[in-house]
Amino acid sequence: MTREPLLRVDDLRVSFATEDGVLQAVDGVSFDLAPGEVLAVVGESGCGKSVTAQTLTGLTRSPNTRISGSVTYRGRELTGLGDDALRDIRGEEIAMVFQDPMSSLNPVYRVGDQIVEMIRAHRDVSKKEARERTVELLTSVGIPNPQARVRSYPHEFSGGMRQRVMIAMALALEPAVLIADEPTTALDVTVQAQILRLLADLNRERELAVVLITHDLGVVAEVADRVVVMYAGQIVEDGTVDDIFYSPQHPYTWGLLGSLARLDRPRTGRLAQIAGAPPSLLDPPSGCRFAPRCAFQFGRCDQPPPLDHDGGTHLDRCWLGGDVKAEVRP
Amino acid sequence: MTPLLEVSDLVKHFPIKSGIVIEREVGRVRAVDGVSLTLGEGETLGLVGESGCGKSTLCRAILQLTPPTSGSVKFMGQELVGMSGRELRPLRRQMQMIFQDPFSSLNPRKRIGQIIGDPMDLHGLASGADLKRRVQDLLDRVGLRPEHYNRYPHEFSGGQRQRIGIARALALRPKLIVADEPVSALDVSVQAQIVNLLKDLQDEFGLSYLFVAHDLGVVRHVSDRVAVMYLGKVVEDSGTDDLYDRPIHPYSNALLSAVPIPDPRRNEARERVVLEGDVPSPSNPPAGCRFHTRCPWASEVCASDEPAMSDYGPGHAAACHHPRNTA
Repeated sequence: MTREPLLRVDDLRVSFATEDGVLQAVDGVSFDLAPGEVLAVVGESGCGKSVTAQTLTGLTRSPNTRISGSVTYRGRELTGLGDDALRDIRGEEIAMVFQDPMSSLNPVYRVGDQIVEMIRAHRDVSKKEARERTVELLTSVGIPNPQARVRSYPHEFSGGMRQRVMIAMALALEPAVLIADEPTTALDVTVQAQILRLLADLNRERELAVVLITHDLGVVAEVADRVVVMYAGQIVEDGTVDDIFYSPQHPYTWGLLGSLARLDRPRTGRLAQIAGAPPSLLDPPSGCRFAPRCAFQFGRCDQPPPLDHDGGTHLDRCWLGGDVKAEVRP
Repeated sequence: MTPLLEVSDLVKHFPIKSGIVIEREVGRVRAVDGVSLTLGEGETLGLVGESGCGKSTLCRAILQLTPPTSGSVKFMGQELVGMSGRELRPLRRQMQMIFQDPFSSLNPRKRIGQIIGDPMDLHGLASGADLKRRVQDLLDRVGLRPEHYNRYPHEFSGGQRQRIGIARALALRPKLIVADEPVSALDVSVQAQIVNLLKDLQDEFGLSYLFVAHDLGVVRHVSDRVAVMYLGKVVEDSGTDDLYDRPIHPYSNALLSAVPIPDPRRNEARERVVLEGDVPSPSNPPAGCRFHTRCPWASEVCASDEPAMSDYGPGHAAACHHPRNTA
């Protein structure tokens, strides 16, 4: 892609000081997000995908957090930015949608007022104009009867409708990037399909770039252009959606794909499982972090493998040679 | 042969009350509204549906953890509805439950040995050194180590806790295990471990499972038969392969087509039935067919007449006026 990236993350490291020691949640993550691109960040709980997402907009800042590396938005460095300047970026340029729409809305205010307040905090508009804009936004995310619904409280909405409200709020200032952290995980499949369709429409119609954090490879296959697979704080594979699903290169990605009970394949007797559990980030393995669970580990895995090219834009963090992988890949 | 579990026309309504001193019933949440199911020995029955469709209430009503409003539950030939607590106790040994949330379903102040051993002690199955040995055997069987006996739940990961929950359910050597979303709180790689473990245990102990989940892939993988629930009713009941190859009810079609497939090209090529709107409230379900408000094929008859279950092939029944996939 020749276009200048919208968002560039370079060697991002985030660690938290805890009672048990320093927890390295994100350990050298780099990726670019092009305008209008949907980038999925996939991984299991505790792999650092949410911390990465939250760090992009400075939400992990605290006295116990150490952040290094760089996050640039349209060439502007965000990691060292002051809180006020960052607040202007948040919402205006980069907006977020979270997993749990119930706890992201204030239960004691009408949803319309929450969106109006958000618009007026950033834009110099009258209440009336902000209210009109709110109705327009609720319409655009498919909330029926928006004129009346602006006066409803969050508890009067279903989970899917609440998530639509959150998306409407995120879109209020017309950001260029939407970071969606597990936006459909708490929803039923039929509602998930509605929300994914909405995200895909927004991406197409407004050229909205999306960073989608998820653990669900089905969701990834449905909406993503590019995929980053994370394991234990690091990116282990990075490629286009076709690379990841049709020629995955990292044994962890093989494991993830293999352990799915898929509707599009004949039933098998047993699911392929990845043995063991992810390592503790307080004391990760010194070599390849996946080696202790990997069926293909060999001597060299004592050393940490780099995130390498196979010539193109498809990266993976594994010592196995391409020819060996082609042979052993399930 | 009589089935292990036979549920007929089971109803569980929760009254909605109003008034402080004199409470009046102003409405009812029809959580489970006339469900019939059968489960044979060694069989797995999957139960799918969206949140709020009554899956969990059905499980609890079957196990008599919440008294059903009406209907019958026959377990090993005995009618459970209306039994006293004392009469139920010996039968409870035979029917155990595995819960969704491995964090809140284990008592944080008890050691693993107590959590798994106490049921055996209470039912007089083992005591003393024998009890400890049997608990350690169970730990070993579910993939934990015997030295975990003296640990507390907080020392374990989500997947390990779910293994503890499974060991506890197995402790009394039950015939029936009701598993309510046993893997939905777990990561995919751990999900696969637990699903495989449940299958191995079924083969080893001849267990029957009532397996509740909203993940249609997992349900297909584990189940012999599947029942699809919508707003307190079973709308389709079928052999697993038959349901996934040839879903009759529009709701089953919609559910299956809503599941994203981890294959980008096929996903795009697929025809999808995307449902509009949300599940209506079970306190005021739509008249006629309950699904007609969201059904793309609904007609007038659907709003007035409730469809009855009819057969579409051996062991495949659905309740719909406009069935799909009927050759």
